[in-house]
Amino acid sequence: MWSIVHKMGSPPWFYRFANRAIAWLLPIVLLALVVGSIWGLLIAPPDYRQGNSYRIIFIHVPAAVVALAGYYVMATAGLMSLVWKIKMADTAMRALAPVGAALTFIALVTGSIWGKPTWGAWWVWDARITSMLILFFLYLGVMALSEAFDNKAAAAKACAVLSLVGTVNIPIIYKSVDWWYSLHQPASIKFTGESAIDTSMLYPLLLMILAFYGLFALSVLLRMRTELLLTYRQSAWLNAEVS
Amino acid sequence: MYFETWSAVWQMDGHGPYVWAAYSLTAFVIFLLIASPWFRARQLTQALRDDAHRRAAKASLTGENHASEA
Repeated sequence: MWSIVHKMGSPPWFYRFANRAIAWLLPIVLLALVVGSIWGLLIAPPDYRQGNSYRIIFIHVPAAVVALAGYYVMATAGLMSLVWKIKMADTAMRALAPVGAALTFIALVTGSIWGKPTWGAWWVWDARITSMLILFFLYLGVMALSEAFDNKAAAAKACAVLSLVGTVNIPIIYKSVDWWYSLHQPASIKFTGESAIDTSMLYPLLLMILAFYGLFALSVLLRMRTELLLTYRQSAWLNAEVS
Repeated sequence: MYFETWSAVWQMDGHGPYVWAAYSLTAFVIFLLIASPWFRARQLTQALRDDAHRRAAKASLTGENHASEA
């Protein structure tokens, strides 16, 4: 376990790892996204109450699920950068924030588009939606802080503290549909017990969730690689690696 | 396939504009997520390679000067 952490903390090792992982992930992720979208859009049956508008679920839920999980990953990277001063953890945190923000943006906008035909409104100040909006601002906050300092160590510290404090929001988002009276429907997939969704809709949804996890990993690795290329452009190992 | 005609796919019983708008926007964001760091990395590796070539050319040039001096 520790040897893996140690290896991942080494920029040359990580650069090679990222290159290989990107080459594998890119075709798999794109294929899964295309297949999942066609399945959800054209093959799955319509919902008996919402009709065809529910097809937005196949991008809305995966984006939201991964945006939430991604926040934990970012906070963990923040903790590692804060406690052990691992530079790669800082690089990861800086790469994670814009990806998380983009996924939260997808979840918010597709939710808004779904809300119009379903609830009759583009936006409601509902507990689930408002806490997701806060998540979006937390990601943007980390992005802004990482650029706000000339000193990289100070920026890393500030980002780590903000991302750790922001984890309070994640259980609130998860539980918001149970704790408050909410327009937002409760979860369709449950880890325990029967899912409230038919398998003809569940399978494409699960495929899309996996595809979005892959997309998340791919985008983060792409950004970390770019960050390494910028940070270590003077280093001999990187020059040897690219030539 | 659930739909019988392509126009039914497009319209989705009136929900078409919402569904297609949501999917197009998502596709656009995903494209940006992948393409922007991809092309940036390509640009950076190319710059590093160009630098290395320039350095190598310079080194071989000064090497020749030394040779002529000797």
